Amino acid sequence: MRNESTALDGGFSAPVQDAQAVFRAVMDAMARPATIVEIRPPVTPPAPLPPIIGAIASTLLDADTPIWLDPTLGQSPEVGEWLVFHTGASFTDQPGEASFALIGDGSAFPDLDTFAQGTQEYPDRSATLVIAIEAFDGGTPLCLRGPGILDRATIAPRGLPKDFAEQWEENTQRFPRGVDLVLATGDSLVCLPRTARLIAREMEV
Amino acid sequence: MYVAVKGGEAAIDNAHRLLADRRRGDRSVPALTLDQITEQFALGVDRVMSEGSLYDRRLAALAIKQARGDLIEAIFLVRAYRTTLPRFGYSEPVDTGAMLIERRISACFKDLPGGQLLGPTFDYTHRLLDEELDGDPQIAIGERRESLTDAAARVADILGGEGLVEEDVDPAGQSAPGDINHTPSEFPMSRAMRLQSLSRGDEGFLLALGYSTQRGYGRSHPFAGEIRIGEVEMEIIVPELGFAVPLGRIQVTECQMVNQFKGSAKAPPQFTRGYGLVFGQSERKAMAMSLCDRAMRAEELGEDVVAPPQDQEFVISHCDNVQATGFVEHLKLPHYVDFQAELGLVRTMRAEYAQRESTFQTDLQEAAE
Amino acid sequence: MNAMSRNATYNFAYLDEQTKRMIRRAILKAIAIPGYQVPFASREMPMPYGWGTGGVQVTAAILGPDDVLKVIDQGADDTTNAVSIRKFFERVAGIETTTHTAEATIIQTRHRIPEAPLAEGQVLVYQVPIPEPLRFLEPRETETRKMHALEEYGLMHVKLYEDIAKNGHIATTYAYPVKVEGRYVMDPSPTPKFDNPKMHMSAALQLFGAGREKRIYALPPHTEVVSLDFEDHPFEVQRFDRPCALCGAEQVYLDEIVLDDRGGRMFVCSDTDHCETRRAEGHRGELGGELSGEAK
Repeated sequence: MRNESTALDGGFSAPVQDAQAVFRAVMDAMARPATIVEIRPPVTPPAPLPPIIGAIASTLLDADTPIWLDPTLGQSPEVGEWLVFHTGASFTDQPGEASFALIGDGSAFPDLDTFAQGTQEYPDRSATLVIAIEAFDGGTPLCLRGPGILDRATIAPRGLPKDFAEQWEENTQRFPRGVDLVLATGDSLVCLPRTARLIAREMEV
Repeated sequence: MYVAVKGGEAAIDNAHRLLADRRRGDRSVPALTLDQITEQFALGVDRVMSEGSLYDRRLAALAIKQARGDLIEAIFLVRAYRTTLPRFGYSEPVDTGAMLIERRISACFKDLPGGQLLGPTFDYTHRLLDEELDGDPQIAIGERRESLTDAAARVADILGGEGLVEEDVDPAGQSAPGDINHTPSEFPMSRAMRLQSLSRGDEGFLLALGYSTQRGYGRSHPFAGEIRIGEVEMEIIVPELGFAVPLGRIQVTECQMVNQFKGSAKAPPQFTRGYGLVFGQSERKAMAMSLCDRAMRAEELGEDVVAPPQDQEFVISHCDNVQATGFVEHLKLPHYVDFQAELGLVRTMRAEYAQRESTFQTDLQEAAE
Repeated sequence: MNAMSRNATYNFAYLDEQTKRMIRRAILKAIAIPGYQVPFASREMPMPYGWGTGGVQVTAAILGPDDVLKVIDQGADDTTNAVSIRKFFERVAGIETTTHTAEATIIQTRHRIPEAPLAEGQVLVYQVPIPEPLRFLEPRETETRKMHALEEYGLMHVKLYEDIAKNGHIATTYAYPVKVEGRYVMDPSPTPKFDNPKMHMSAALQLFGAGREKRIYALPPHTEVVSLDFEDHPFEVQRFDRPCALCGAEQVYLDEIVLDDRGGRMFVCSDTDHCETRRAEGHRGELGGELSGEAK
């Protein structure tokens, strides 16, 4: 059982090394979409913020990155205080203004196109969504191809919205605009950059 | 037998040892102290602070000493140091109207509240070499008068009171001025960001560009509304306290150019502004900066962009001497892989040319026979 | 650099954590949009702009204590700038370095891609002087950005075709433009076009850092990278009509060494590790002697 943690506790114990290790895991995952990368989260944030999402937030967020929290995380004042103390980031309640969205319940979040998509001139000015899911198997299989994937790769993340595949297909079609996802649970994470295109199910069979 | 060149590491170490040796020079001549540099090369120190973007006279002096007096190298040393410093916060805007003035002149009015104050200037010195300075002659203490009781209002504010000069606002209407250290440059760039770039821009580059505006390349009819040098108070708001706390005083040079503007259908005729503000006493730089600032406002003021100083992408992309010196000097680095690629192509093309020529000659010969 | 040895206040890998975060975010977006140049707030570094500051910032942002770093310039580990950058990271990060391509987890390079194929898990960091492939056709960032946005690359094709009309060849021999995944035209940095095919479907992650120009871009592993060409003038790489004089390697990029002022020349591998590895394996070229000279 988790101890009563305050906002001050549970951050990186070795900030430089911890941030580097978490970043390399995310970078590897982003470079190899649909590949599961393992990293033991070096933080212990207050529930319901999953430690792995707390670790990613501590690594990438700061005063320059407005964040949006889904209702699951947003309703916990402890999570908000912890994030502010450990990252210095500010919150926005407009998904379209956030550079990062932290989503505690992967099965229900606003449509992907409500988040910042970037522009045709600056497609990098788009949101990264860090989403807590249940598991990397047992869900609807997604067969993907694109840069970073040798031939094709399949994952079946459990705990995403029912229409995720359709939404994801639309997101990849907006390229070079579009959002990028980090799916996470336990000690594992998978990245889906906007380049990871779905192979139609009939082709897969 | 061929022997490949190796041992780059030893070569570098030896080169740097020789550099240190030459930096010190003749050991029988006393080494410079940083105090000597800050006191007696004060304007060089000011330039290094200004273009190095770090207000610290001692570090600027150290950099000048380490750079053997090469100011651009010294500026680079300071920049590379400042970039590693943690950022605690942003100061409040300084109030140059409340400056403790050492020098203040206006070319627009013969006299004005606060008066004209020449201060420590090279102006009106006859540029005759003074052999007495090859020694340590007794120098009289400068005349001082008590600080003015009533602050000297800025000339631009006096004109502004009558509406004769445009209001001083960023046309982008941004509340925060932005920070060129944190934001990748993007064009068009806000005036606030342009001014930050100009303030640390190369004095020589801005001088030449400012000069070119006077010769017709983006002319803007400038008058030196006011140049003032002196100390201003720096303040920072501490969130926990909720009010501004003084940090200390810094010396700055401010130049406000008053430039002509015909007015438009929407606005009555009024003068426009060009602005310069730099650390320390750097009058030439502040003036050149204000000419360039005004020139780059061409588009905003509905003027045709026809000359380099009016082209903000051109000016801002090339005014930083740390960037410029790095890229120009990088041509010293080995490029033999690329050169080999070009060499191969030129040889191929020359061979093809020779082939064509000889075929042509043969054809001519055959035709003649 | 003397200040650094006395001053222990520099962070691991020199950059402060805030700067690393900013660069790391840019790297992630660069990977997500292959070939697109992500603007970043490049910092002054303790070496000059144009001398690898972009590559150094990228390396500093990704480097960890377990990494093994290799630095090459012109393909060689012992060129002065490569030595200088390697020493910098040994000093500010205390990491292990190597000259062996296969042992490195991160390879920072200027102007070459190693001859040996890179492996899954390796990262190749390029130093880039001018990241914009359209820069020499259109100097304005405001214009080139629009061209990328609209995928309007006609000008580039016109330029290459004019070369053919004028010289009978595409006159670009290095920094030869490529198209990434059929979308972005990208500058491969001033590597000879000989190296372009190595970028295509590489198993390694390729990161590009342009410090002075403040841009980061990337090629994830297994990414399609096609050199621009024409049906009647297909892309082709440089060919050397002889093997390396030291190790006898063929189909590698060679440096031309001037031996005297009477036209004496020899050609040796530009990739020094490749050459040394081959000679250690017993391969010999026509002049395969010892490497023992010293620069003074």
